Amino acid sequence: MKQRHWYDYLWLWSLLYFALGFFNILFAWLGMIDFLVPLFIALIGGNKAFCNTYCGRGQLFQQLGGRWKWSRDVKAPRFLSSKWFRYGFLTFFMTMFGTMVFQTYLVASGGRNLTESIKLLWTIRVPWGWTYEAGTVADWVAQYSFGFYSVMLTSTIIGLALMILFKPRTWCTMCPMGTMTQMICKIKAKEKL
Amino acid sequence: MKKIAVVDRARCVACGACRKVCPRTAITMYKGCYAEIDREKCVGCGLCAKTCPGTLIEIVERGEV
Repeated sequence: MKQRHWYDYLWLWSLLYFALGFFNILFAWLGMIDFLVPLFIALIGGNKAFCNTYCGRGQLFQQLGGRWKWSRDVKAPRFLSSKWFRYGFLTFFMTMFGTMVFQTYLVASGGRNLTESIKLLWTIRVPWGWTYEAGTVADWVAQYSFGFYSVMLTSTIIGLALMILFKPRTWCTMCPMGTMTQMICKIKAKEKL
Repeated sequence: MKKIAVVDRARCVACGACRKVCPRTAITMYKGCYAEIDREKCVGCGLCAKTCPGTLIEIVERGEV
């Protein structure tokens, strides 16, 4: 048995994140850590230490799908790890992310009212108003919280579905963060994209 | 005949799932680009191949590579 380190328990952080956002949506901002740290590691260190060691999401899938065997553990369709699909999904994901940021901007500039709901899989609107008391912070800060939480929850739902259907960490092959950080690493290492 | 793991480097996403399960610490991530197998250490046990989320690792006879 390999020695366990503190960072082997970061899957608990993944769970805690969603729990916190269930009570107070402003905690959604903490998700920026999972967004910025991998990028900084890739930009400065030129490696994917985040994916490899610290990603709580990947660990969660490994824990549930691997250790607890909630995964069929069969080969995933080959296209999921193909370049066109990975770059395509990254483009789609960033477009949706950009839309979310733009909506935050609209709320900030007064062009749109704060919407106290989250959107799952970019389509299903779910009321989430109990997690926020109007006026606690600037409206745009709250709007971004709802938006970012939606992004995090959506990707986890897709990841869990892939985990059950295929291998525990199938999500990792198409994860936009993973694709983005690998892109940075490949450019830095002068490898073919 | 002894065996060894071979990674499809072009498709590898360098997620590190294989590195985590390798009982011989024979796998490293080359500059965040792809998984690299240490030929000296690998015993071809196949744990990495089974874990790889993209099923991009093959266990082959050593003579073939």
